[in-house]
Amino acid sequence: MASTTPLTEAGLVIVDLAAPTKDEATRQLAQTLFDQGRVSDLDGFLADVRAREAQMATGLPGGIGIPHARSSHVTVASVAVGVSPAGVDFGAEDGPAHLIFLIAAPDGADQNHLVILAQLARKLVHDDFRQSLRDAGTPEAVAEIVTREVVLP
Amino acid sequence: MRIVAVTSCIAGIAHTYMAAEALEQSAKKSGYDIQVETQGAAGSNPLSAATIAAADVVIFAADLEVKDKARFAGKPTVTVGVSKALADAPTVIQQAVDLYESTPATPAGTAAAPAATVGAAAAAASGPSLATKVPKGAGVGTRIRQYLMTGVSYMIPFVAAGGLLIALSFIIGGYEIVSVKPADIIGNFNAFSSHDWAALMFLVGAATFGFLVPVLSGFIAFAIADRPGIAPGIVGGAIALTVGAGFLGGLVSGFVAGFIALGISRIKLPAAFRSLMPVIIIPLLATFATGLIMFVILGAPLKAVSTGLSDWLNSLSGGNLILLGILLGLMMAFDMGGPVNKVAYAFATTGLASVALDGDPNSVQFKIMAIVMAAGMTPPLGLALATVIRRKLFTVAERENGKAAWVLGASFITEGAIPFAAVDPLRVIPSLMVGSGVTGGLVAAFGSTLRAPHGGIWVTPLVGQPFLYVLAILIGTVVTALLVIVAKNLKRSAVPLTDPLEESYARETAIA
Repeated sequence: MASTTPLTEAGLVIVDLAAPTKDEATRQLAQTLFDQGRVSDLDGFLADVRAREAQMATGLPGGIGIPHARSSHVTVASVAVGVSPAGVDFGAEDGPAHLIFLIAAPDGADQNHLVILAQLARKLVHDDFRQSLRDAGTPEAVAEIVTREVVLP
Repeated sequence: MRIVAVTSCIAGIAHTYMAAEALEQSAKKSGYDIQVETQGAAGSNPLSAATIAAADVVIFAADLEVKDKARFAGKPTVTVGVSKALADAPTVIQQAVDLYESTPATPAGTAAAPAATVGAAAAAASGPSLATKVPKGAGVGTRIRQYLMTGVSYMIPFVAAGGLLIALSFIIGGYEIVSVKPADIIGNFNAFSSHDWAALMFLVGAATFGFLVPVLSGFIAFAIADRPGIAPGIVGGAIALTVGAGFLGGLVSGFVAGFIALGISRIKLPAAFRSLMPVIIIPLLATFATGLIMFVILGAPLKAVSTGLSDWLNSLSGGNLILLGILLGLMMAFDMGGPVNKVAYAFATTGLASVALDGDPNSVQFKIMAIVMAAGMTPPLGLALATVIRRKLFTVAERENGKAAWVLGASFITEGAIPFAAVDPLRVIPSLMVGSGVTGGLVAAFGSTLRAPHGGIWVTPLVGQPFLYVLAILIGTVVTALLVIVAKNLKRSAVPLTDPLEESYARETAIA
């Protein structure tokens, strides 16, 4: 359990994400995953995320978008975080998303990874958690908050 | 206010858990107790039977089919999409609260409803769900009915699997398949022999039927005492079979085991021993006490009743055959595969064996066999017909069961009627008895004969006077169906027909 790779890191955070569409926002975040070696095939992974997104938009009330997929192109369970002051439309009813979490789960991920992603999902519901991420300012601070707050139960 | 919820989503990664968290936060804010089972990729955290039993209302916030949905059967249920629960958890919680408050089965509501003795008004929120689901305010009749319903609902898969396998084996292998022994196919099963396939089906079906009474007994006890009831209940049911008490014995042993287990589980022990209660003390004491009662106290009287009946029958056989036909018909329907039914059936088959070697096709024993088989077919057939003619008188589960009852009845598997009779015995059993009595008397009057000990409609070619024989079955079926319908209408008009399962189905569809 101790050896679990952190869910996120500064290199996976974009604090001034600006994108005209959710596809573009997702692509930028996916690129960070690819750059950090957490995704082995960028286009393959994006296709999996789009397939999930097509089933139902992942925009949520409170200005959140959570594009996600379980994909064979993911090497380690990860989340890339985008903070978008201008907002990106993720199909939520109450407006654009200012926090975008691209959640990448490997196919056949081990239980710990899935549990920690589940913990992240639970955290996202809390206003104070979301607000702290929007206020964080730097990629390092965002990554630190996620790593600190999202732990195995 | 206790809420249980199940969440699930397509990928099982995000929404499942977010919705769970949202529901938990929202319920907590409103001061309600909630437990959420997340059926997602990170493994499920199943709600315990006790938790479900104690819950007042259920929320399904699920985009996938809820796993093991039957656990929640009978509970008032709110069904929404997972994103609804996530986006607007307070509203979903409020829906659940409103539903709970409008459900007549809350203790307050139950008190208002007249406590019907035989379950007509059993508007209880908790049906055949797991555990001690019977509302505290429920009348004795309602409680007994729900204990029975729980036992029956767990028995139904066994009835269906065993009954249909046996029926198929008759179709493929003919009636003589009953003489097959396990040794015939163990080790030398021939995949190209239809006889061997039929033998296999018969043996598996027979093995399945061996569980009917133990499972019925075990889950009646489970309904009364929760998990501690299962072991003594199943064992009690098996002993009921051993002592020849059959289906009725299983009902008795279920209640005996359930209340013994409940009593023992309420004994207060010092903390040091408390952890031993569920694993050692309750199973040991409850199982032994149930066994003791079934063997030592109830075993002898049941056996005496059984033998007495058999002797009496033998003395009757010289008399009026039609009267005997009516009597055998009544017996076949009385307990549907139980000891009385088995006495009549054994009377016929032993008679069959005694004349198998003489050639007279009109031996009285062949007539008795025809009477018994025909009268054993009409109870399930009549009930199946009744569910078709007056669907509204039956619960969803019963209507489903009615479909199987056609096949079971046609195959002379009288047990097909048990699920109906166990729930509403005072209305159903007399109706079945009259229908079977009519059929028995008619077959005797027509003088039909039968050389096969079993097989139902599939052995009609072996019947002497087959057309009159089938006519007698048809008449009995119609009589049974009409009487069941009339009986179920009695006393029903005052109270709306409600059934826990029915209600929750209706509610789910309405909300979804």
